Amino acid sequence: MSTIPYPVESAPPGRRIEIDPRFVMALPGLLFMGLVFAFPLALLMSKSVVGPDGFSLAGYGRILGDAYYRGVIWDSLTLAFRVTLITLLLGYPAAYALSRAKGMFQVILFALVFLPLTVSIIVKTFGLTIMFRREGILNWFLMNTGLTDAPMRFVFTEMSLVIGMVNVFLPFLILPLYSVMRMLDARYLDAAATLGTSPLNTFRRVFLPLTMPGVIAGSSIVFALSVAAYVTPGLLIGERYMTMSMVMAKAFLNFRDYQLGSAMACIMLVIALAIVFLSSFLTRNLEAKAR
Amino acid sequence: MAALSRSFAGLMLALVLLFLLMPIAIVIPIAFSPSAVFSFPPTGFSLRWFENIRNADGMLRALWLSTQIAALSTAISLVLGTLCAIAIVRGAIPGARLISTFMISPLMIPGLVLGIAFLHAAREVGLRDGYVPLLLAHVVVTMPFIMRTVLASLALFDFTMVDAARMLGCSYPAALWRALVPNILPGFVSGALFAFIVSFDNYPVSIFLVDVHTKTLPIQLLNQLEMSPDPTLAAVATVMIVLTIAALFVCDRLVGLRRMAAV
Repeated sequence: MSTIPYPVESAPPGRRIEIDPRFVMALPGLLFMGLVFAFPLALLMSKSVVGPDGFSLAGYGRILGDAYYRGVIWDSLTLAFRVTLITLLLGYPAAYALSRAKGMFQVILFALVFLPLTVSIIVKTFGLTIMFRREGILNWFLMNTGLTDAPMRFVFTEMSLVIGMVNVFLPFLILPLYSVMRMLDARYLDAAATLGTSPLNTFRRVFLPLTMPGVIAGSSIVFALSVAAYVTPGLLIGERYMTMSMVMAKAFLNFRDYQLGSAMACIMLVIALAIVFLSSFLTRNLEAKAR
Repeated sequence: MAALSRSFAGLMLALVLLFLLMPIAIVIPIAFSPSAVFSFPPTGFSLRWFENIRNADGMLRALWLSTQIAALSTAISLVLGTLCAIAIVRGAIPGARLISTFMISPLMIPGLVLGIAFLHAAREVGLRDGYVPLLLAHVVVTMPFIMRTVLASLALFDFTMVDAARMLGCSYPAALWRALVPNILPGFVSGALFAFIVSFDNYPVSIFLVDVHTKTLPIQLLNQLEMSPDPTLAAVATVMIVLTIAALFVCDRLVGLRRMAAV
């Protein structure tokens, strides 16, 4: 035993060496993430409160004191809210059907939901812009089925933006919901039915509460992604619908206004962290209630 | 009533799948169409846009750069992340939960925010060259995906195998290499593949770190899309879709897609 340089896992706790030598294994990764991830974020926060002469909250003042920028923040949040709501309405029944599909069929359907997640977002957005064209498949369908006589205008409309974002983010909602629904014991539903509960009440009082963790997880991911989305809005609507991401990118890439851009980035960071904390708070609340 | 709601859900799933796959599928006929304007339904068949990929300005160079960055950043994340994950799982560091949250947290930070932070930091330490900051930033972007899958794999791994290997005379690193690595190989493959895809497709972080000479593929594609959209883009997109499907197929054989998606 004395030839082994590290404490054996099964050694009784009393004889354990205080600092585990395997601690050093974590160091390279931790150091790297400290320097390349935590340091830049800290730097960003400090840059957002630095003006030409020392400490200044002017960046935040310019954003929060300006009705235009307040409008941009509001528009980004309401857009994310609309996208989340629509993905939830579409994704919930779809995830349910996916979780109830049988055997090999379920594997194939799962692959089809998963595939769009791994295809480049630029490829998908490119495909969406083609669909939305005047002579695109959407108008071709609408006119051939007689739903409209003349081609409708989709390109650069708010509707195409919402449709496009729902398209890109929908799998992020379906997957966590599916994983919760798949684990759900179907006997709960049978029990409710046996006890004479109506299907609607079974859904409302049994199925919905049990799948709530998936709803929270999925919709918080979609909301976070939608608030921060940049590629899809940029290509589908451009500057006709300004979002926080677009203000940030323009401040850095076009105007070289680092103070404004950094402050906007910090506001976005706060929103992102708020979503994480809110969703974990809601999940914990739910777990506490279940007990 | 139950049957009704079930067929409603099935119909929704069919519509959702149609909706999800349509933008991907629509790119393919355009890549093979002979005309330069996108129109539906397509007429005729041609491979000229695929041949044109070679002539498209900077496209191949961007493809090569993205491949390098994705492969290198995945490899670095894999080494750093796995070592850290072992220490976390074996309880070798205090505050293991906090540390694993820290290693996964880049996932929660909006891409543009990360990109801007990297830009500030690169300026601060005087890094001007596009390649190194790009690579370092992509290690941060890929790390959460490696950590998630490796931590999940390690949770199922029986560490007494490592002890057994050491009893049989292996050094600790050799024991890890010969007993642990082969056992969690599926986790490595799926994590690495996901990380590679995420890096390969990253736009919001890269946009702040690229310069004229170092442009990754997403940046190049988006530039092209804004400047001169022609079916060459559809041809590149078709190649990417085919490669993605092939990668997913390999992954499904090795570990199963559901495990890769961590559901």
